[in-house]
Amino acid sequence: MLQLGALLLLLLLGGPLWASDANEHFELSTHCPPALRLDESGRCRLYSQYLNYRSLYDRGVGGLRTGLPAVRDGFTPAQIDLGRYLFFDPLLSGNSDIACSSCHDPALGFSDGLAQSIGATGEPIKRSAPSLWNVAFLEKLLWDGSKRSLEEQMLGPLYADDEMAGSPESLVQKLSENDHYPALFAEAYDGDEGKGHREGEITLDRIYTALVAFESSLISLNSRYDLYAHGVHSALTEPEIEGLNVFRSFVARCAECHTPPLFTNQQIAVLGVPEKMGRPLDPGAAATSGDPSQRAGFRVPSLRNVVLTKPYMHAGNFDTLRETVAFYTGGRGHAVPEGEDLKLHWHIWDPQLTDQELDRVVDFLGALTDQSFMPEIPVTLPSGLAPGRAADSTISETGSALAVMATARDDD
Amino acid sequence: MTPNTILRSALFPFWLTGCLVVLAPLSHAAIHEVRDGDSIQASVKAAAAGDTILVYPGTYRETVYVDKDDITLKGVVEEGEWPNLEGDKQLNDAILYSGNGFSVEWFKITNYKGNAIMGQAGNNFSIRNNWIIDTGVYGIFPEFGENGLIENNVLSGIEDAAIYVGMCDHIDVRNNRVFDNVAGIEIENSRHALVEGNIAHNNTGGILVFITPGLPIKTSYDAIIRRNTVIDNNTPNFAIPGSLVSTIPAGTGMIVLAGDDVIIEDNIISGNNTAGIIVTSQDFATDVAGDPDSDPNPDRVQIRDNVMYDNGNDPATDVKVLMLTQLSTTGPDIMAYKGAAEAERGSCVSRKGAYRTFGLGDWTDCDSPTVTAADAVGDKPTLAGTTRDISTKMLPEPATPRVITVDADGAKLVYQGICAGCHTYNIRMIGPPVMAIKAQYGSDATAIAEYIAAPEKKRPDFPTMPPQDHISEAMRLEVAKYMLALTK
Repeated sequence: MLQLGALLLLLLLGGPLWASDANEHFELSTHCPPALRLDESGRCRLYSQYLNYRSLYDRGVGGLRTGLPAVRDGFTPAQIDLGRYLFFDPLLSGNSDIACSSCHDPALGFSDGLAQSIGATGEPIKRSAPSLWNVAFLEKLLWDGSKRSLEEQMLGPLYADDEMAGSPESLVQKLSENDHYPALFAEAYDGDEGKGHREGEITLDRIYTALVAFESSLISLNSRYDLYAHGVHSALTEPEIEGLNVFRSFVARCAECHTPPLFTNQQIAVLGVPEKMGRPLDPGAAATSGDPSQRAGFRVPSLRNVVLTKPYMHAGNFDTLRETVAFYTGGRGHAVPEGEDLKLHWHIWDPQLTDQELDRVVDFLGALTDQSFMPEIPVTLPSGLAPGRAADSTISETGSALAVMATARDDD
Repeated sequence: MTPNTILRSALFPFWLTGCLVVLAPLSHAAIHEVRDGDSIQASVKAAAAGDTILVYPGTYRETVYVDKDDITLKGVVEEGEWPNLEGDKQLNDAILYSGNGFSVEWFKITNYKGNAIMGQAGNNFSIRNNWIIDTGVYGIFPEFGENGLIENNVLSGIEDAAIYVGMCDHIDVRNNRVFDNVAGIEIENSRHALVEGNIAHNNTGGILVFITPGLPIKTSYDAIIRRNTVIDNNTPNFAIPGSLVSTIPAGTGMIVLAGDDVIIEDNIISGNNTAGIIVTSQDFATDVAGDPDSDPNPDRVQIRDNVMYDNGNDPATDVKVLMLTQLSTTGPDIMAYKGAAEAERGSCVSRKGAYRTFGLGDWTDCDSPTVTAADAVGDKPTLAGTTRDISTKMLPEPATPRVITVDADGAKLVYQGICAGCHTYNIRMIGPPVMAIKAQYGSDATAIAEYIAAPEKKRPDFPTMPPQDHISEAMRLEVAKYMLALTK
């Protein structure tokens, strides 16, 4: 990855190397990304040690050895790889200057490091960019939980004026006029012509499917915590185990909503988090559901790879994990603006955690990092544009159980 | 291994016993002994599946966590002296478990902040004969568990539910005594529960069956509440503000809030100053954010043959106001509130004329031959004249073990979950491609299995592989075979 970064840097310094080149050749992968494996029908299916465990009613919530909720998989390697190109390609935005990856940068935990993401207008939008790790398992999307599928969710950022500011018509047109995409779509949807599509035809459905295919391949279930869960108790340090015990205790109650194995129970919770710098209270789920009792309610986010995705909460309300964790011991409703009658979640109380306990929880959260199945960022794109990025750095190698151990042992 | 550990196995040194003639096979369970001054957790760390940890009288100030299967924690009570887990109001939980087959009994547990005993997704558990005083929010709290027994425990001074069955299935709660708590026994978002023979007295509310909105498992159905003694639950509510039980009025014998297919039979319910039994929709006692996926109304509640007297002597204000509408100043034996009163809910009561009631006008008579109920065992509605022939809601066989099998199927999961992060079939990633490994090892899976336990640097252009000695030898061999059989 360092080499890739150096290459990128060289290319960037070297001048306008990104002009579209019709002679460039793009080929889609015939292999599934590492978390997935080809089945007999040529589709990629998730494999994980967690598949050996059940969860009650397949809800994917429980304790250490608990099964996962339903996963979006079953896409072909070619669809996933086409999705990868589309995901990084700024051609998808109205002005061809913002890609999905501009706010969901792999180097920043598939987020962008910003309190509020910046879209086409150059102005901060309302909320921060959620991480996409393990998005294949989520049944509610967006901070307000208002979207029930990735297909439905992506319509927001693709077409909102303050996000990517595209339009369905121009999206199809731009991709269809590109030198490479029609062939890539033909490859990805080979044999799919009977469903109202012509061969190689670029349709919105196919674009969305490819993006979902790629996003669903971003699996992070290989952290040191996971090794512990599977029974390798040496995988966590003593301070991390202490942190795990605070995390799952009924005093801190973190695990009641950030429930293993995904570290979210996928519910809406009203916390009463303070907005930053006098911003008005974000109505959260109430604005889209119409239920006033959900005012300031947000979808419980997964905590996997959470150390990579600062700042925290729906609009970067806290800069550090330590501040975020400390919010929960500040007392029930301590930051609720005067005059607001929020239906605060019952787990928000006054647990009186010590500084040491807060530190241990932060230690434990660090054990949830795993980027071992990091996809490759395309060096060149069919559009000839530079891949959208939020980070100017390369992807950090730290994190997964494997990488940490590899780094530690690689003393050559 | 603690100094007090005794292994009933081949590892046990002969010179310590002399008289130990017959040695159990290696796989035999061991007994670990813990005495005052020792750490229980140290023994848990040393224990293997199947082992028993005997804890002798003494004071143990620790949080014991059990993330292994089939561990038994057994207190030894000697002449009235109990092993006492003491939290000093500083420690969070006394015992946390996530393993299957966990068993804990004969402990006195006092002064923790969170729980005495809390389970997270541990199945096939047994929690018996414990004496629990003021352990904070809950006393005994299995969560996400399947197939468990909570029996003969005594709990008092808990600021929420003393026994709280949360998001569980197939649980028996028998013969416990709960008093001086906010809630005695609570069955919440759980299915297939038998609550039988308990004594719930002097709590704020005695026995609760809830569907709480906003939880990931949405239903609560098939609970039998039978032969309990529920008396004098008039303790002023001392719950933490904001908690769900903080809105329960003092003087509540039982409350069914949104729970479905609840059968309340053969109980003695008396001296509860607000009401004997309240059946209600979520409107009654929740002040939480709405959840469109949560059904707010209780369906098919059956109240059968309970002895009820002397309830409602001093009802809480809300109930008093309701009773005034029917010109009574005392609370009812049985009350159906809001959605619970509707005929379409399908609830019934037997001997209705024997009780003072509110809102039961549209309820049918449980003794009518047309009344049916979902029976626990098969989930098939049967004619439910009575539940008296149902002896348990636990599973006939233990819930499925959670092990990764040491065979080709298990190897596939391990390979894909761990190895595939660095190795693909024919592309260079962090580690060399499988093709290159196959070229080197041919069909020698054993050599790979050995190598991955303690790798050394082999290829100058790749980092040294991290050791995978956390995977058992047998599984490493299966994984190696699986890898060598890959063709793409």
